[in-house]
Amino acid sequence: MTKTSRSQMMLATLSLLGVLGVPIGLERATAQESISLRVTVWTGNKAHLDLFNGIAEAYTKAHPTVTVAFDTLPFENYTTTLTTQIAGGNAPDLAWIFENSAPDFVNSGALLPLTEILKSTPNYDVGDIAPSALALWQRKGEVFAYPFSTSPFGVFVNNDLIQKSGQKSAGEMLSSGSWTWDKLIEAARIVNAKTGKAGLVVRDFDYKGWDNLATIWGGWNARPWSEDGKTCGFDKPEMAQAMSFIHKAVFNDKAMPEPGTAADFFAGDAAMTITQISRASLLPKDGFSWDLLPLPAGPSGSYAVIGQAGIGVFKNGKHPEEAARFLAFMTNPENSEKLAQFFPPARQKLLKTDVLAKTNPLLKPEQIERVVIKGIATGEVKPSHTGFAQIQQLVRAGLDQIWKPDADIKAGLTAICGRIAPLLAR
Amino acid sequence: MLVRTKVATISPAETEGVGKKRLWTMAHQDALIGYLFILPQLAGITIFVVVPLVLVFWYSLHEWNVLAGNFDYTGLDNYRQLFADPVLPEILRVTGIFSIGLVAFNMSLALLLAILLNQKLHGIILFRTLFFSPVVVSLVAWTIVWGFLLQKDGGINGLLAVIGVEGPNWLRNETSAMVSVIIVQVFKNVGLNMVLFLAALQNVPGELYEAALMDGASRWQQFLRITLPLISPTVLLTAIITIVGSLQVFAQIAVLTQGGPGTSTTVLVYYLYQQAFQFHLFGYGSTLSILLFVIVAILTFAQWQLRKKWVFYEA
Repeated sequence: MTKTSRSQMMLATLSLLGVLGVPIGLERATAQESISLRVTVWTGNKAHLDLFNGIAEAYTKAHPTVTVAFDTLPFENYTTTLTTQIAGGNAPDLAWIFENSAPDFVNSGALLPLTEILKSTPNYDVGDIAPSALALWQRKGEVFAYPFSTSPFGVFVNNDLIQKSGQKSAGEMLSSGSWTWDKLIEAARIVNAKTGKAGLVVRDFDYKGWDNLATIWGGWNARPWSEDGKTCGFDKPEMAQAMSFIHKAVFNDKAMPEPGTAADFFAGDAAMTITQISRASLLPKDGFSWDLLPLPAGPSGSYAVIGQAGIGVFKNGKHPEEAARFLAFMTNPENSEKLAQFFPPARQKLLKTDVLAKTNPLLKPEQIERVVIKGIATGEVKPSHTGFAQIQQLVRAGLDQIWKPDADIKAGLTAICGRIAPLLAR
Repeated sequence: MLVRTKVATISPAETEGVGKKRLWTMAHQDALIGYLFILPQLAGITIFVVVPLVLVFWYSLHEWNVLAGNFDYTGLDNYRQLFADPVLPEILRVTGIFSIGLVAFNMSLALLLAILLNQKLHGIILFRTLFFSPVVVSLVAWTIVWGFLLQKDGGINGLLAVIGVEGPNWLRNETSAMVSVIIVQVFKNVGLNMVLFLAALQNVPGELYEAALMDGASRWQQFLRITLPLISPTVLLTAIITIVGSLQVFAQIAVLTQGGPGTSTTVLVYYLYQQAFQFHLFGYGSTLSILLFVIVAILTFAQWQLRKKWVFYEA
C-alpha cells in the first residue's frame, strides 16, 4: 500500500474519529471522591460567566468535594459540538439546551429525569414554576430539563441613530400607538438612507438561523408548521405575506442588511435589533442611548415570541446524581432571582416588575413590564421539532432561493414544504 | 543494506556445520531489527488508519443515534439508503465540479508560477517566499479573513468599486460561491505545488534546451517536448496530492458557505459531516465515509495505472 493511499484511508476516516472515544469516560466516580462537574453553555460573556461562577462557588462552599466549571461552546455550532462530545464519550454533566433541539434531547432518553430530585430539594417550590414554561421540557409528565431561561424577544433601539436620521423616537412611536411593522421598517429604511448604517438586524439570523424570523412571522400569524408539527406552514398565504414583507424590506427598502453584509447593533452599526434581554449585557457602557421595545404589531395584531433554554443532566455524564443536585441548587428561588438579571425565570413569584427591576439594573421598570412580563404572559415559544437540525438545513437551503432580489417567493416556499414534508410526517 | 554487509563478511568456514543455524539466526535477528524499525509506523497506521477504517465500516452497518445511545445492527440498510438518497447525486456533482475546478486551477497556476519564478533574477527568493507563505498560515484564520473579503461590502468588492465595477455577492450566488471556495483553497495551497514544480524544473538539464534551440524549437515546443516530459513524475505526484486534497476539503466550506447557497457548495465531506454530526445519523455518516474512501481509492489506483502512459520515466 502506498503512502498516498494510506493517507487517503486515514483522511477518509478522520471525519468520524470522534466516535473512537466512546468507551472513554463511562466509568462513574464514587461518591467519596472529589467531583468536578462540567456544564456546557453557549455564552462566553463575562457578566454571564461571573454570575454562573458565583453560584458555583456558593455550591462548592456548601459541598467542598464538588467543583463546577462552565464550559463555553461557540453559539453557532453549539448543539453540534455538544452532540460530538457525547459521541466521543465526553458528555458534559449538565448542558444548556436550546428550544429548537429540545424535542430531540427530551425524547432521546439521554437526559436524567428531574422531577423527583427537584421535588425533594428543600425550599425548591416546584409549584412556582410556570407549567407553560415546563411544557417543552416534559415527556409523559416527567421533567427532563429545567426551563432555565424564558426570554421574550424585544427590539433594542439605538436612539442616537434614529435621532440622527431626523425621526421620532421608537418610544414615541410606541406611546402614540404607531409601533407597527410598517412603521418600524420605514424608520429602518430612513436610517439606512440617511446614515448609511443598517436599519434592522434580526440577531443570529444571518440568512441561516431562519427560526429567528419567527419574531417577525408572528405579526402575520405565520408559522413554519402546524401545532402538532405534522403539516408544513411555509406554503400558507400568511407565510407568503410575511416573507414578501421581509424580502421587500431587505431588497427594495434596504431596511435590513442584505445577505453577506454584517452589522452588529451592539457595536453601533444598526438602528435596531431583535433579540432577547440576555443580550443587554453586550450594550457598551457609555455608548449610545438605547431603548427596549416589544415586537411591533403586524397585520394580525400584537404578539410576542419567547426563546427558551433548558438545562439538563446527562445520564451518561460522570456524576449524574450530583449534577442534578447542583441543578436544583442553581435554579432554586434564591439563585433564580440572581439569574433573572439576564435570564428571565420560569418562576411565577419572580415574574413581577419590582422583583425583576431589582435584579436588572440595565432595564427600566417600564421596559421590563412591556417586554418581559407581558412577553412571557402572551408569548409563543420559537419553533422546535423533532429532528430539527435536518429540517433546519433543508429549510435553510430552500430559503437561499428566496434571498435574491428577483426571487419567486411563493414558488420557493412551496418547494420548501415539498422538501420537509416527509420529515414533518415522521 | 545491513543484511548484505553482514552476509558478505561471513567466511566459508562459518557456513559449514553450525553455520547453517547461525545464518538462520542472523536472518531472524535482521528481520526482527527490521520489524522494530517499522514498528512505530505500523502501530501508527494500525491505530489511526486500520482500526478506524474497520470501525467506520462496522458503524456503517448500524443505526447509531448518539443522543438516544442506540446502536442497532441494520445490515446493509445504510447502503440501500445511500443508493436511494435523492440528494446524493447532486452532492457528487458538486464534489466533482469542485475537484475538477480546484485541480485544474491549482496545477496550472502552480506550474505557471514555478516557471515564472524559475528565473535567476534579483530578489526572486522574496517572491518565492511570498507565494509559499499561505501554505504555513492557519487554514481557518486564512478562510475567515477571506470570508470578510468576500462579503458584499467586503474588501474585494471595495477594490472592484475603485475601478467602477460592481462586484457580486460572492458567497450568496451559486456560481460565484463555488468559484470563491475554489479560489480560496487554491491560493492557500498553490505554493506547495509551486515549490515541487520549481524543484523539478531546476533539475531539467539546461543543455537540452540549448540543443532544442539549435534545432530551431520554439519556446512552446521546448515546454511541450522537454519540460513537460521531464517534470511528469512531479506532475503525477502533485496531481495525486491535489485530487485527494480536493475531495477532503471541509474547513473552507464550513467557514465560508456552510454548503450553501442551497446545496451549491455541499461537497461530500461536508454532507458526511452534516449527516453524522448535525443530524446525529452516525451510521449513515459512516456509510458516506466508506463511499468517499472508495472514490479516493479508485481515483488513486487509476492514476497509478495511467502513469505508465504519460509519466516520462515509467515508459
